[in-house]
Amino acid sequence: MSAVSVRDVGVRIGAVSIFENFSLEIKEGEFVVLLGPSGCGKSTLLNAIAGLLDVAEGQIWIGGKNVTWAEPRDRGVGMVFQSYSLYPRMSVEENLSFGLRIAKTPKAEIAARVAKAARMLQLEPLLRRKPAELSGGQRQRVAIGRALVRNCPVFLFDEPLSNLDAQLRNELRVEIKKLHQELGNTMIYVTHDQVEALTLADRIAVMKGGVVQQYASPYDIHRHPANLFVAGFIGSPAMNMIEGSLVPNGPGWRLDHAGGSIDMSRYAFAAPPAGGPAIVGVRPENIAIGVAPAERSGAQGRVTIVEPMGGETILWTSFAGKPMTIRVDGESPVRLGDEISFHFDVARASAFDAQTGRRL
Amino acid sequence: MSAVAVPQGPRPRSLSIGRLSVYGFLIVVALCFLVPLWVMIATSFKTMDEIRLGHVLAWPASFTIEPWLKAWSSACTGLACDGVKIGFWNSVRILIPSVIASIAIGSLTGYAMTFYRVRGARTLFVILLLGAFIPYQVFLYPLVRMFSSIGLYDSLTGIVVVHVVFGLPLMTLLFRNYYGALPIELFNAARVDGAGFLAILRHVILPMSSPILIVATILQVTGIWNDFILGLTFAGRSNRPMTVLLNNIVNSTQGEAAYNVDMAATIITALVPLAVYFFSGRWFVRGIAAGAVKG
Repeated sequence: MSAVSVRDVGVRIGAVSIFENFSLEIKEGEFVVLLGPSGCGKSTLLNAIAGLLDVAEGQIWIGGKNVTWAEPRDRGVGMVFQSYSLYPRMSVEENLSFGLRIAKTPKAEIAARVAKAARMLQLEPLLRRKPAELSGGQRQRVAIGRALVRNCPVFLFDEPLSNLDAQLRNELRVEIKKLHQELGNTMIYVTHDQVEALTLADRIAVMKGGVVQQYASPYDIHRHPANLFVAGFIGSPAMNMIEGSLVPNGPGWRLDHAGGSIDMSRYAFAAPPAGGPAIVGVRPENIAIGVAPAERSGAQGRVTIVEPMGGETILWTSFAGKPMTIRVDGESPVRLGDEISFHFDVARASAFDAQTGRRL
Repeated sequence: MSAVAVPQGPRPRSLSIGRLSVYGFLIVVALCFLVPLWVMIATSFKTMDEIRLGHVLAWPASFTIEPWLKAWSSACTGLACDGVKIGFWNSVRILIPSVIASIAIGSLTGYAMTFYRVRGARTLFVILLLGAFIPYQVFLYPLVRMFSSIGLYDSLTGIVVVHVVFGLPLMTLLFRNYYGALPIELFNAARVDGAGFLAILRHVILPMSSPILIVATILQVTGIWNDFILGLTFAGRSNRPMTVLLNNIVNSTQGEAAYNVDMAATIITALVPLAVYFFSGRWFVRGIAAGAVKG
């Protein structure tokens, strides 16, 4: 088990700088997810940690050792790739044991470790097969097993579930989580899928343009997004953004917007706000249908789209001239075209500075 | 049956005039390529008396294998009358080390240039390719001087080294293009698994290279076997390849030209590349296509 520390790292590919002065601390045994849209540098960072990519500046420490110049094999990392990357001419067993055979591990130990990994990942009946004879999920389990047998203190996952269909993705996601609970290794997991990030991570580093936007627990990322980017990236459907202006309202504040105003007195500001242009984000689940109670601000609208998703239904309406989504129970009687009243749970909303995008 | 058929099941195929003329053209072209081969084979089984009659295309009237035996073991090249036999074995001795070494080195350079971003690899590759476009004749004299100064001239080692050097541009290009189409993640996975430069090549890359290895073998076997000028220049008297001996037999000026022996000797010489194409044509096409997809 090792902590991973990325210190002031710069990575350049050709003349293009992917990131500069990038730092990230990952604790021993922690499951950290690097989350971001394509091109945000998350896979590049993972490759730099693995040693597959040279850094232009800074240091990378794994398990208390400076491994900046070390070869991938000397860093104590196992890696699982998006495209499985199994050796096509080797059987599953040979794929699993390849790293150990290269390291000249005694035969008996190889057999024991392969057997253990095969048992954990339910690969026992497949050991004699070639990768081409496996399904996508089985291939990715072999790829995980290949990292597993080497007893690496650090596991790196590069979008391991992206090539799988939805059901397999769910199954394997649970297996990866179980694996982490059993082994307790440090795990760094790259994905653009927020569900994977929220379900797996101890901490999520949301990245954009080579910069960490927020590095916090899944709960905090979802509940207290640090800026507009994180707020908009996390959550499906996305957070409803209401643009307006913060003005003093008695002892508290209210947001004046195109369609009226929202009382912000129940919102916990991070610091006393200065007022002025602001954006208030409300998640679809924090909007309730019905006449607003006295302490809440409400509005009316016509339902333009109904998206039933089984257990819940997403209603589309409009508010202050922009579309707004509301998450309601799957049993909700609301139909297309209905006029509805709704109101906001301001205590669970997020307010941002309209200029800087930072959370207020 | 009514005139209008209801569309159902496989679409009916008809032989149109256009298609017929395409087939006709192809048959004519095929014949043009086959007639010379037929003349050679037929002539090689004829006696000289029959050849003098001039029926070039006719089936041999009195079938004889005498010309083949003569071509193999007793046709004269200048003073020596040993046929192409010695040349055949010389060619084999040149061929085997040259093919193995040029493919080994070509795959190694191709691999290094693809997966290890060697500094200046691109420049090196361009220079290597430029070398392939300069005519051999330009190199001959300087190489002869170089080889004789280090004692490699006139030796088996010398001719093998020459073949390896001249084979390198094409071999590198071939392997580089093939490896360029392999996923880089496979190489990365092996690196993370702890394999080094040669271990990755041996355990991961080469097992996936059989199509391109076969193509390279075909190209090198035919190329080196058919070589004339390099063998003539560098191999020395004792290692002259078959093509050189064949030339000497066919061009020897004493007495009447023995067409049947010449034909037999030529066929024997061409037998190796012919056999290679015959047994590996399928692989050849597949490998060329595989290498051509990305490059």
